[in-house]
Amino acid sequence: MDPAPLRLCVIFFALAATVFQTSCRKERKVDIATREKILLLGNGGEPKALDPHLVSSVGDANILRSLLEGLTTFHPSDDTKHEPGVAERWEANDDFTEWKFFLRNNAKWSNGDPVTAHDFVYSYNRILHPEMAAPYASMLYFLKNGEAYNKEEITDFAEVGVKAVNDHLLVCTMERPTPFLPDVVKHTTWLPVHQPTIEKYGTMTEAFTDWQKPGNHVGNGSFQLTDWRINAHVKVRRNPHYWDAENVKPNGINFYPIPNSYTEEKAFRNGLLHYTYIIPSNMISRYREENDPSLRSETYAGVYFYRCNTNQKPTDNADFRRALAYAINQETIVKYVKMGGEQPAYGYTPPSEVGYKPPNVIGHDPEKAKAFLKKAGYESGEDVPEFTVLFNTTEEHKSIAVAIQDMWKKTLGIDVKIQNQEWKVFQQTLFDMKYDVGRAGWIGDYSDPTTFLGMWQTGDSNNYTGWSNEEYDRLLKESSFARNPEERYRILAEAESILLDELPILPIYWYTRVYLISPDVKNWHPLLLDNHPYKHIDLIPSGESGKEEG
Amino acid sequence: METARFIASRFLQSVFALFCIVTITFFLARLAPGGPFLDEKAVPEHLLEKMNEKYGFDKPLVVQFGKYLVSLVRGDLGPSFGNKGYSVNEVIAQGLPVSLLLGVVGLGIALLIGIPIGVFAAAKQNTATDYTLMAVAMIGICLPTFVIAPLLGEWLAIRLGWFDVAFWEGSSAWVLGSITLGLYYSAYIARLTRGSMLDVLNQDFIRTARSKGAGPLKILFKHAFRGGITPVVAYLGPALAGLLGGSFVVETVFGLPGLGQHFIKAATNRDYWLINGTVTVFAVLIIVMNFLVDVVQAWLDPRTKSKG
Amino acid sequence: MISEIHRHGQDIEKGSSLGRDAWLRLKKNYLAMASLWFFVAIVAVCYVLPLFPFVPDPNITHPDLQSQPAFTSATSMEGHDVFYLLGSDHLGRDIFARILYGGRVSLFVGFLATAVSLTIGVIYGAVSGYTGGRVDAVMMRFVDILYALPFMIIVIILTTYFGNNLWLLFVCIGAVEWLTMSRIVRGQVISLKNQEFVEAARSLGLSRWRIIFRHLIPNTVGPVIVYTTLTVPAVMRLEAILSFLGLGVQPPNASWGSLIKEGADRMASDPGLLVYPAIVFGLTLFSLNFLGDGLRDALDPKSSKD
Repeated sequence: MDPAPLRLCVIFFALAATVFQTSCRKERKVDIATREKILLLGNGGEPKALDPHLVSSVGDANILRSLLEGLTTFHPSDDTKHEPGVAERWEANDDFTEWKFFLRNNAKWSNGDPVTAHDFVYSYNRILHPEMAAPYASMLYFLKNGEAYNKEEITDFAEVGVKAVNDHLLVCTMERPTPFLPDVVKHTTWLPVHQPTIEKYGTMTEAFTDWQKPGNHVGNGSFQLTDWRINAHVKVRRNPHYWDAENVKPNGINFYPIPNSYTEEKAFRNGLLHYTYIIPSNMISRYREENDPSLRSETYAGVYFYRCNTNQKPTDNADFRRALAYAINQETIVKYVKMGGEQPAYGYTPPSEVGYKPPNVIGHDPEKAKAFLKKAGYESGEDVPEFTVLFNTTEEHKSIAVAIQDMWKKTLGIDVKIQNQEWKVFQQTLFDMKYDVGRAGWIGDYSDPTTFLGMWQTGDSNNYTGWSNEEYDRLLKESSFARNPEERYRILAEAESILLDELPILPIYWYTRVYLISPDVKNWHPLLLDNHPYKHIDLIPSGESGKEEG
Repeated sequence: METARFIASRFLQSVFALFCIVTITFFLARLAPGGPFLDEKAVPEHLLEKMNEKYGFDKPLVVQFGKYLVSLVRGDLGPSFGNKGYSVNEVIAQGLPVSLLLGVVGLGIALLIGIPIGVFAAAKQNTATDYTLMAVAMIGICLPTFVIAPLLGEWLAIRLGWFDVAFWEGSSAWVLGSITLGLYYSAYIARLTRGSMLDVLNQDFIRTARSKGAGPLKILFKHAFRGGITPVVAYLGPALAGLLGGSFVVETVFGLPGLGQHFIKAATNRDYWLINGTVTVFAVLIIVMNFLVDVVQAWLDPRTKSKG
Repeated sequence: MISEIHRHGQDIEKGSSLGRDAWLRLKKNYLAMASLWFFVAIVAVCYVLPLFPFVPDPNITHPDLQSQPAFTSATSMEGHDVFYLLGSDHLGRDIFARILYGGRVSLFVGFLATAVSLTIGVIYGAVSGYTGGRVDAVMMRFVDILYALPFMIIVIILTTYFGNNLWLLFVCIGAVEWLTMSRIVRGQVISLKNQEFVEAARSLGLSRWRIIFRHLIPNTVGPVIVYTTLTVPAVMRLEAILSFLGLGVQPPNASWGSLIKEGADRMASDPGLLVYPAIVFGLTLFSLNFLGDGLRDALDPKSSKD
């Protein structure tokens, strides 16, 4: 070979190597951040907005939790407890139809203005206002006349069940008994916004205004917004006006939107993150084999299931749906496909600590499945009319669908088709009820079984199955008037057994949160709803990871 | 005069092409199933109607299109649904520099690798050196960028610690992105250079030079190089356009906030104005590139003018 | 990439009756010949081998036998005996079988989309070149405008909007790739149309279409073949990029692109999933590109004088 190209190559690579060697870091980014007490968090997708009345996703809520504080807030280690937030204390009347929140005197916005009960009334008016067209306004339908106001049946907000008696007393009147309201008010939709800021950049109900931008954003949380670059990062830093500022441990948090979980895992390994939002399932076993303490797996209040379209053949037949449900080997999916320590869903509502005992009746049973197929009127799987399992395009949903497709083929002899659709098309197909069987997942909004069971009532906008059962609807209504929690849970469990008998849905597994977290991060406790209050989280170098790399 | 007419007709053509692309994307986006307000947790129907009314989607499509064109001419690309509080102009202003940096540095790397390989392969036509060099160059074409990118990340960033594997601010991950893109285009540039160098080397003036006893390196660099490199210049326009259009893969793999990622996200989220905005910007870039290449070529070689 | 091929296409102006000479020249180019045989072998293996029973069903899952290394025999929990020649993937599917079946899809996409672009491009270019004058000017201006469209992006928009339909994919890709072909053919036809045999055909009173289809198009076959060999790998690459976005072939079926995408995701834990399909895909593209180069050299006597 001619020496000239060789020489050129050598020179080029030598040059490149020196340039990069000098730029080589001595200290990893996480170690610097730990020293400066800045938390570096992977956060899934890019936030759609930093306005609590416009967002819905878990990632958006994670950021807003640092910027805004509700009446009550999350306990760092116990889901059933409520920490005082802006409200110092709260009390309900006997039948839980009226709640009083006593607001603390020292709560302040990040510009120094006091936080008052009027701010909350303003915020609830804003999210429920028909002109706002807030997508999750229904979370405030617990308030008396909230739904009517949102649907323009009444036009005077004074009729809605929320009043500021004075600056520090907020009274909420409920549509029906709501014993779990202190839990509900932690949700993003119930967070307050700062009226002068909103109206400085637009009207109350304008959605696309500049108030959410760094420099403009005013919040009442333990942190304030300092930087937001789309698809790159959101940075928040300590809010000096926060009422409990001296007890806020981190100096700031950087949220990184990384939709690609493989990239996120690599970023963690590369020392760029303290915490990953998720971990790809194939990497779980690798971290397990190495006994890596960064890997954590915790129960999470969510359920993965398939919806059946009950309006059309063959899934209109309950026996057929039962056959499908019993033919799914949930253990196999959990053990070999998901691999994150998920629980097979033997029922629908995930197990939790609040005291609700869901009936666990579903499970893998090939004989039962075959019997139900006969009962549904099919001699063999080949007689079943063709139908399709629909899921949105991701590798994980694909693996599960392929596995279930093969299970139905092996157990029932049904040759089902599977099809992936891109997210918005998938949503539209569900919305139009043009599917046969469709993938679904549901994560609890608050710690109560109704966050899972409510959606199967007739006409609920999240139902999408066409399933409707009078007895189920009746039991759910009746549960709100139950005398005590035990009675209430019993009624709800009765309703759930109807759901699990009729099976408009095929439960597959209950979620776990599997993620990577640096040993430097302290006080990050397992939480069912995964809503971590950041002010308690501390960063202390754990020694071994402070070493120089490579 | 001739040149002015050529430029004027090219300009009008470009405007027409731009109008076509804006029209096509606008209607394609709106005919597609799904809408910007659908999400995992359902939005009640009365709110969907309200939202459509609020954002003007209840009007006939043609009216909406007219409105869009008017605001486009004014330079206003509309709001982004996926990034509330940001206008499409702001989103693009943030994303374009990232993509341009990736693309320009990528192209530089491609030239740095591609031209030497092409020149030496041509000089050694049909020898083992030729085959080896071209085979090496071909690796960039034969492996998809989504294979090369994670491989570079795993080795250069995680194992060797030379780069960061992700992120934008204060991070060196974009260099990896540029290398990935550059490797792919270096293969094309190497092949292009080799081909045109061969053409030049077969021409009479080179034979003359050779017969006069000029050394092979002198012939290569003094006589043949300039002629051989011209097609590569012509290729730069389409290459940079291709780099920008294809950069979404490396942007995803390295978590870079470029225009490619915005486009993919906008398309999947039905972020209508952002889809139109990103496509328009891509189209303008491609058109400007082609225009510049044409002008430069016309200036270099008067014969192409008539073709143009 | 398009303009490069385009340029060379125009260089080949005497590409008419070179058949035998070209073949002899090609035979001397060992790399091109090796590429040709390799490609023929790959096509044969993908289409013929799955007809034999020893190649397992590519979509049958054995979740308990996931991520097995190459040359593994095992019994699944359901009591099936399986042998993995190249190992198994994350659902216990046979990688070897999936590569074969995936190859069918990828090659099919490659050939069919190329055929679409070939048909449109050749007819469009020939008509434009033969008719000449105003019509030619307008038709070529239209091609110029289409060149300005960001096609990668249009293909993505079409496939995200209108679903993962393989047929749609052909149409999209075919519609992208015909532009250069039409330019090449037009150039050829313009240089041919004033030659004696065309004049003779015209004076015999043959119709315009007959002249185009019987006399002109067959004579452009040289550059068209060259460009076609280079279009097939370009299309296969495009299909792979769409797989990166989860577009393209519907699961549980695979294409080489989707297999490589799965493998690239899992390469840190399961390198075999990436290595085997990537090697097959890479070598196929490699051979097609070298074959195209070799054909170009063979059909263009100028460049092979040395």
